[in-house]
Amino acid sequence: MDQVGLYPVLFTSVALFMIGAAGVLSRRNALIVLMCIELMLNSVNLAFVGFARHLGQADGHVFAIFVMAVAAAEAAVGLALVILLFRHKASVDLENFTMLKG
Amino acid sequence: MLHAVIFYFFAIMTILAGLAVVTRRSPIAAAIALVVTFFFQASLYVLLDAHFVAVAQILVYAGAIMVLFIFVMMLLNLRGSDPGTLPHIPGRALAGLAVAGLVGTGLVVSLEGLRMMDMGPAPDDFGTIEQVGALIFNGTYLLPFEVASVLLTVAMVGAVVLAKREV
Repeated sequence: MDQVGLYPVLFTSVALFMIGAAGVLSRRNALIVLMCIELMLNSVNLAFVGFARHLGQADGHVFAIFVMAVAAAEAAVGLALVILLFRHKASVDLENFTMLKG
Repeated sequence: MLHAVIFYFFAIMTILAGLAVVTRRSPIAAAIALVVTFFFQASLYVLLDAHFVAVAQILVYAGAIMVLFIFVMMLLNLRGSDPGTLPHIPGRALAGLAVAGLVGTGLVVSLEGLRMMDMGPAPDDFGTIEQVGALIFNGTYLLPFEVASVLLTVAMVGAVVLAKREV
């Protein structure tokens, strides 16, 4: 039974993280920026699960579950903030929210 | 052999769906691409013997979080304000690509030492709900579990307080 090694798992994880990071930095829609953050959190989960499988210990699974809980909390609060922003300026374009830029 | 082929197929599909999230113009299309990413990623978890995490991924991400996203999009009714907003300024996309490329190169270089790591056969009950549950409830992770529940409560109350209109 030839399992796939640890490297492809971590490579997939890094690729997903890069995609998410590029999205956070380059997109202007607040909703899509939040989605890209979810993508980055997911890539970390993949690395946790890969290492758990590699080491034969399920602790990584527990951490993946905790990351999911944090992601759910982040999505709830983040979307509430997006609703607030939309009420303020009728837009979710982050270019319109530069009041703190100084 | 078969295991590796299936793994690479799902890994490539995950990355392609992730790319679709970033490149779609409309947020709804991006959300659908994100759901597809989550499902492919859950299949990667199954291939890594993380059965409980795979089920939780589909329930929590594809089930709860994505419904929340799509619900907010429908609620905001973005048509007419700014449906798309891919970066007009090429400098922005360039900056994103540059930073992601730098971080990615650094990570891939640091992974070089792990290239030859093989995975042995998994223990019998690896990744089952029984094992993960035992770790959480009578292992070392009981306190973090309780803290996570407090975090979820705080987030729920916070979201309600933020989003409700003043009475």
